[in-house]
Amino acid sequence: MKFTEEHEWLRVEGDVVVVGITTHAAEQLGDVVFVELPEEGTTVSKDDEVVVIESVKAASDILAPLDGEIVEVNSPLADEPSKVNDDPEGEAWFFKMKIEDLSALDDYMDEAAYKNFIG
Amino acid sequence: MDELKRTPLHDLHIELGAKMVPFAGYEMPVQYKLGVLKEHLHTREKAGLFDVSHMGQVILSGESVESIALALESLVPVNIAGLAENRQRYGFFTNDAGGIEDDLMIANRGDHLFVVVNAACKTEDMALMRAGLEPKGVTPRLLGDRALLALQGPAAEDVLAGLNPAVREMRFMDVATVELAGAECWVSRSGYTGEDGFEISVPEEQAVDLARALLAHDDVEPIGLGARDSLRLEAGLCLYGHDIDTTTTPVEAALTWAIQKIRRNGGAREGGFPGAEKILAEFDTGASRARVGLRPEGRAPMREGVEIFAKAEGGAPIGRVTSGGFGPTTGTPVAMGFVDIDHAAPGTKLFGEVRGKRLAVEVAEMPFVTQTYKR
Repeated sequence: MKFTEEHEWLRVEGDVVVVGITTHAAEQLGDVVFVELPEEGTTVSKDDEVVVIESVKAASDILAPLDGEIVEVNSPLADEPSKVNDDPEGEAWFFKMKIEDLSALDDYMDEAAYKNFIG
Repeated sequence: MDELKRTPLHDLHIELGAKMVPFAGYEMPVQYKLGVLKEHLHTREKAGLFDVSHMGQVILSGESVESIALALESLVPVNIAGLAENRQRYGFFTNDAGGIEDDLMIANRGDHLFVVVNAACKTEDMALMRAGLEPKGVTPRLLGDRALLALQGPAAEDVLAGLNPAVREMRFMDVATVELAGAECWVSRSGYTGEDGFEISVPEEQAVDLARALLAHDDVEPIGLGARDSLRLEAGLCLYGHDIDTTTTPVEAALTWAIQKIRRNGGAREGGFPGAEKILAEFDTGASRARVGLRPEGRAPMREGVEIFAKAEGGAPIGRVTSGGFGPTTGTPVAMGFVDIDHAAPGTKLFGEVRGKRLAVEVAEMPFVTQTYKR
């Protein structure tokens, strides 16, 4: 598992990367009431805004952590946004993306570094 | 920047795990451990305790309550002289352009009036009252030694009656002096959630004891400003500085119910408040825009600032959201805003532009939830 400074977690499954937000991020956001996911098949560049999540407090964007193609989205989340609070690092993943070069993940933090990052 | 002020309950908020944020010059709890959504739902199911000590509590004193009431009528287009002893009424200060300077609650407490104004407007309101009332022999005094608590929700009566059964006799908008947890409290049966409940002015040194006595009840949870906002939004109640301000008239803001007939054209005490000519004329001519409820059809919340359009494509905006978010009780996004009068009828299909997309929204009756006041 790798972590971004945007509080995303990235998990490699074969040749795809599964992306979600961390428990810490979900706690900071508060109760999530809306999730808008990208279309499957979309080609994205690193830092593109690919997911919109809104909590009772505010709207925030989830950025593409890497260049690649969105190959699958977790569509049930749109109907049950509260899952993001219930199980952010498990059931509530947002999308899976196929990337050219998995070594790009090396730039991101490991769990110990992320824990240190959030203090 | 000035140091943030703290309410007498500050340390209790910290002890209860509140997340504190700056609000109107105060450090205030935006939420506690339950979080906004659960705090909101708890208030509608049982009872929530709110610290609203940042609001301005003002005593208006003078020769007689009648003379004070008549003086205040020169600033507020409300029938205050007709307000019976131990009754309270909603009102607002108007300006010469017919806009609203602040909204407030006005209580007749026998030999004086007690008014509660918004925290952010305290200084301006005091200046406005001093200028308008002192020449008429009425002295406004901003109280610095009392906290203000609100206990809201269907269990509020039972909870408060546990401290003093006399509160059961009160009806919506009644006010009374009631001893609670050893403190002399000024209680009104009112609130800002759409639920039955009470607002309680308590001497600051006894505020924590009273709050603890209320929180000791199983049905009571502390509730932050986050849920206070979603509760009042579902109840269709205005937030000053957002839904109403110096540029919105009472007729535009759909607050004509607060201006009793006696202050309108043809009434015994018609006019006589700032902007009266414009405001009263609007009763006959109608306003060019109106504050309405808005129900987004999808799941995306439409927040303050979202522009409203008549069509799915093209055209200039015909309105704007002034308050919006997710309604935990309705389970849907809810909003209110101003739209041109031609598009203000309930049921009108409009579009709100969110992140560049025009999403369907319908003009809706407010409140979004049934009010449960004890009339």
